[in-house]
Amino acid sequence: MFNVMKAELRKLRRPTLLISTILVVAALTALFTSIVFLRANSGQGNGQRGEIISPATLGSATGLIYGFKIVSFFLGITALCVFASQTAQEYSLGTLRNLLVRQPSRMKILAGKYLSMIIFAIALVVIDAIVAIAVSYSLAPHAKVTTSAWFTASALALLGKTFINVLLGTIAFGTFGMILGLLFRSPISSIATGVIWSLILENILAGVVSSTQKWLPGQNFDNVAQGGSLTVSYHWSMGIAAAYLIVGFSIVAVLFKRRDVAN
Amino acid sequence: MTTAISVRDLTKIYGERSALSHATFEVPLGTVCGFVGPNGSGKTTTIRMLLGLITPSGGTGTVLGENITHPERYLPRVGAMIEGPAFYPALSGAENLRVLASLGGFPQERVASLLEKVGLADRGGSKYKTYSLGMKQRLGIAAALLPNPKLLVLDEPTNGLDPSGIQEIRNLIKDLASDGTSVFVSSHLLSELEQISEYLVMLREGEVLFSGRTQDLLAAQTATLIAKPEFTVDLNKLVEIATRHGHTASVEGGAVHIVGDADWGATLNRLAFNAGITLAELTATQPTLEETFFEMTGE
Repeated sequence: MFNVMKAELRKLRRPTLLISTILVVAALTALFTSIVFLRANSGQGNGQRGEIISPATLGSATGLIYGFKIVSFFLGITALCVFASQTAQEYSLGTLRNLLVRQPSRMKILAGKYLSMIIFAIALVVIDAIVAIAVSYSLAPHAKVTTSAWFTASALALLGKTFINVLLGTIAFGTFGMILGLLFRSPISSIATGVIWSLILENILAGVVSSTQKWLPGQNFDNVAQGGSLTVSYHWSMGIAAAYLIVGFSIVAVLFKRRDVAN
Repeated sequence: MTTAISVRDLTKIYGERSALSHATFEVPLGTVCGFVGPNGSGKTTTIRMLLGLITPSGGTGTVLGENITHPERYLPRVGAMIEGPAFYPALSGAENLRVLASLGGFPQERVASLLEKVGLADRGGSKYKTYSLGMKQRLGIAAALLPNPKLLVLDEPTNGLDPSGIQEIRNLIKDLASDGTSVFVSSHLLSELEQISEYLVMLREGEVLFSGRTQDLLAAQTATLIAKPEFTVDLNKLVEIATRHGHTASVEGGAVHIVGDADWGATLNRLAFNAGITLAELTATQPTLEETFFEMTGE
């Protein structure tokens, strides 16, 4: 499995994928964090779904995490695309047969791939955190936000907790992408399905029938990243997300193990 | 263990269609074995089953002495290129090989020497998507050689190669075989296979038509005697002589083609002389593998 992971990391670190993904994540984080701070005094929404985050709130111990977690959904979508394409491309390029000849244990292939992509997801979240903190710190004076509470022990503990939540949310979206990749065996189909479902259909459903929010996978993945919300608790979302992913992953793992590799 | 590959009643059924039906053959260790058959005859299906990519519907098999139900026991000693090369377009040739070396736990140092061996040393750093078909094929062969294999399985290794590339691959296969590597190679270039294959497995519509020594197959085919008389007016007389002695004969391109062993050539020469015919040419030809293939497969 370690060999599979090493091989997968070689693919993931190719400049076209790594640099472009880092740039997208960094740019989105910088953009959304800037909006949070630059519009803090506007009296209008500067958070998710029109939420107003005042300079006073930003100056509290929780102030450092707003910019960080506001892009968690886009991090999740990025992870979904990367996990799905890295999995499905093995079928579309015909490279799966090479992998299986060199490593016949299909479960080791799956586990090694998954672990390598989790490392990739960790890298994305670290970049998100670094950029969000840097932008927050540099824009705080402009937004008249005091930063003295940001580096207290409780603020740093909250930052650590948020990091883990954003990482779990990102991995959940990525796992969803990997499930779709194994199911559809085509990068375009799996990414299109995942993005359209998570980004469009789920948001429409949750907007029209708010009670569906607590049952939809993407909404729960993002709720984990946000650390829970007023309407859906963190623990509920963790349970639902885990249930979806465990069932989904188990089904595709059995398919992956048993299915003939005929392309 | 005396066989590199041994299968008995190997069968693969997709729904109603039988892709391979009760295939039984053996490939001795240390030999080059050609694997031939028309498109759709079950060659790739067989190779996929030998490599653990698809599960047989029936039958048994061993590769390097290990049961094909446990490919993990023999695949570390097997190199394979199936259905042409398949690599990551955004990675360089060298990086693609490094991915596979990492995966199989092979030394990364082998990458440079293998690129050199297949003539890609200069282009190893170029992205795979910029490679020509011949270069992709060479990279596929380099990947198959990564484990320093005891058995090399190649599916159409000369596809897309120019004549000098084909010759290089032929020599490479010969070199590997002389070092004791068993090579199981499918190809449509039957003249190439005839030159390098000591053994042959021939398929048609999922069934094994022949498996054994190439020489035995060719020797079992009836030879043709080509007799060219000095004067064309004697052509029909020659046909008549051959027919009278129980041989099928016909006139083709100013010569008489007579189905018969080379041994009958002396008798024909004598009979022609007695009939007042002078033979300007008399040659005996054995059918090529290609002719034999077409005759056996009915293609």
